[in-house]
Amino acid sequence: MSIEFRKDLFADERDDNLNEIGKPKQRQDIGGHVRGRTAYYDDHLFDGLLHMRCLRSPHHHARIRSVDSGAAERMPGVRRVVHPSDVPNNLNTLLSLIGFGKDDEQLLSDQVVRYMGEPILAIIADTEAQARAACAAVRVDWEVLPHVLDVEEAIAPAAPSVNPAYANNTFDYGPYDHVKLRFGDAQAAFAQADHIVEAEYEMSPIEQAPIETCGAIAAPETADRFVCHTGTQALFFSLGTAAKLLNIASSRLHFIGGTVGGGFGGKVDSITEPMAVLGAILTGKPVKFQWDREEEMQVGAPRGAERWRIKDGVMADGTIIARELTGFFDAGAYTRLSSYAGTKCTGHLPGPYSIPNVAANTFCVYTNRTPATAMRGFGITGVDFAIECHMDRVAEVAGIDPISLRIKNAYRDGDMKAHRRVAKNCALVESCQVAAGKAGWILGTEDMAASSMAGSTPERASIPQTALDEDGKINERRAGRTATTSPVKGTKQLPAGTHGRSHVAVPVQRPDMQIAPERVGHDDPAARGAAHAPAPVAPPVAAPLQPAAAALPAAAATPTPPRAQPAAASQPTPPASAATPPAAQAPQLQAKPYKPDEPFQRGVNRPGASRFLSGARRR
Amino acid sequence: MPKTPVTFTLNGAETGIFVDPGLNLLEALRREAGDLSPKFGCGQGTCGACTILINGEPHLSCLTLAVAAQDADISTTGGLAPGADLHPLQQAFADGFAAQCGFCTSGMLMAAKALLDRNPRPTRDEVVEAISGNLCRCTGYDPIVDAILDAAARVQGRVTA
Repeated sequence: MSIEFRKDLFADERDDNLNEIGKPKQRQDIGGHVRGRTAYYDDHLFDGLLHMRCLRSPHHHARIRSVDSGAAERMPGVRRVVHPSDVPNNLNTLLSLIGFGKDDEQLLSDQVVRYMGEPILAIIADTEAQARAACAAVRVDWEVLPHVLDVEEAIAPAAPSVNPAYANNTFDYGPYDHVKLRFGDAQAAFAQADHIVEAEYEMSPIEQAPIETCGAIAAPETADRFVCHTGTQALFFSLGTAAKLLNIASSRLHFIGGTVGGGFGGKVDSITEPMAVLGAILTGKPVKFQWDREEEMQVGAPRGAERWRIKDGVMADGTIIARELTGFFDAGAYTRLSSYAGTKCTGHLPGPYSIPNVAANTFCVYTNRTPATAMRGFGITGVDFAIECHMDRVAEVAGIDPISLRIKNAYRDGDMKAHRRVAKNCALVESCQVAAGKAGWILGTEDMAASSMAGSTPERASIPQTALDEDGKINERRAGRTATTSPVKGTKQLPAGTHGRSHVAVPVQRPDMQIAPERVGHDDPAARGAAHAPAPVAPPVAAPLQPAAAALPAAAATPTPPRAQPAAASQPTPPASAATPPAAQAPQLQAKPYKPDEPFQRGVNRPGASRFLSGARRR
Repeated sequence: MPKTPVTFTLNGAETGIFVDPGLNLLEALRREAGDLSPKFGCGQGTCGACTILINGEPHLSCLTLAVAAQDADISTTGGLAPGADLHPLQQAFADGFAAQCGFCTSGMLMAAKALLDRNPRPTRDEVVEAISGNLCRCTGYDPIVDAILDAAARVQGRVTA
């Protein structure tokens, strides 16, 4: 079948003879590759090159009581022992260059190590073998601390705190400890669904495993500069990071990239470049800092592990009317790029399907595992695996052909996505049709006739009335990035979730997602009878909340009658794992009183604060 | 520690270098002899990026002591095409998109050359076996296997392309 390719960018500039896939084509750099003449960073030779190796933590979590490098300093060939105090500005977070997140990671850690393989010291020697031997001669007195390696254990009460910048083990997304997405009213829709399909999915970390390991060579250059040959995938990112950590003007850094011997996302963390440049500064000599294969696999940041719980409300004909997702990204011990993965992923939910009611909480969680970073679509590929597995499960429960189910629910051009952007250039329907054809999978005539360009309706194209969380909010949105901010016709109300303002036709829900408290560790104020005051919201305001009621009769007080809101039916059905009533947690939590003057304590809720707010409200 | 002199033939040229006794041949070729075509990928004999031919047989240069190369005849990818024309293997790799980042390519080419030198008409299984010690993270191997079969055909005058 023929597919019409559509484009709205550079419409007149791109020649759309898109028939290259599957055909060999000569790369422009192939001549160098096959002659063995392509220059990777390690193919730059320097006389008197010194080699740098790191001493790394053998523990998941430990305090450094003392470090004795005296013997190492006297070993043959050793030129310099590099201590954390040698790093001029020894605290950074990768995304600080775009102002996202707090500095949370040292280049060399001076007090506590938070993952196995974390570097605490480096040795520069004439040969790699000498540097290796000297590292083995350093004596470290470790005080082993309790560690946590599972995302949900990490956010349970009383879990060890991994990273002091995020003491409650979750990244700060504005005032929330998760990325929140609310679109429509998933709880009400579940009550109307013919089938409820729930499942949990887990993805392991994946090492990018490039054949060329991460590394960099730095050397003093003329004009008081330092040249750095590096295999980074992000040259200016690495330059900026090196300038910040070493507190040196970026104009004094001459970074030279080139062909990367495989990256796949694993060469953006900008660790080897500042280390090599620091070595060149301290010794005045060319210094190479190259990970060996073991380091590449052990401390090279992988794509992080993910865990997803998905709950779908499905009608008998296969229409998915509601999807609820709870996601946990395992950032490892430091943020790197995981915070961004959470945001990116939530923007992708609920997958390429037009679902009118979506609720999602995505957590970026710190554990004592190797920090995670970029890898090939990270933030999307993991959850897509979960979503597509779940689609097959839904098809099975509903008794529908799995490809037909996807075609039925796929975005059509003009549909409103859950993050309030209009779907454009959709192609899932056509992709399904082509894939079915290639696989010899017979689709019905209706499915074969379907098109991404037809099928959107005014209902699918609009932002639905959206349930609010306990703070009376949906989520913050930046001004100017919204689909539409015009009042909904005839209501004088803003569309839900625009400009951070809310549309309160649907009452505040508590709990607004069906999180099992004993698994996620959120304190439930209702369970211990604490008064709960929602944050003020723009009028019209729902009647004051009754702590015990999840779906309120007060809904009737709102000017626009909400859609079907069966009070009892919309009570969340506790998942099987929630056999322990939330109240069982309460006594333990009550034993920790809230002390406003003290720093955040785990498992303590500020009175009146949403249980989605972990600890003190961050500024 | 005194350095040891080692002499060998590198891609047809008489070569002499001084090496530390424990130095591996990969580092010796790269740092001392100046042939940068073999690559360091693991240093433990698992990735094959450092594959070279010693007396016509494929060897992992990262696991070979430099002093063991005394009087050996060493071939690397750097010497595969002495002039402007590419070796049939190089041409087939270029035409068949058998390299992306290129880091494994030198080792792949030498493993393939060792195969074709002793078996000019290999089966697909024999090609797969011959490069089983060489890891590639980009291509998924199929274009490489195709290119080696293509090169064998070119050498035989059975040009397929």
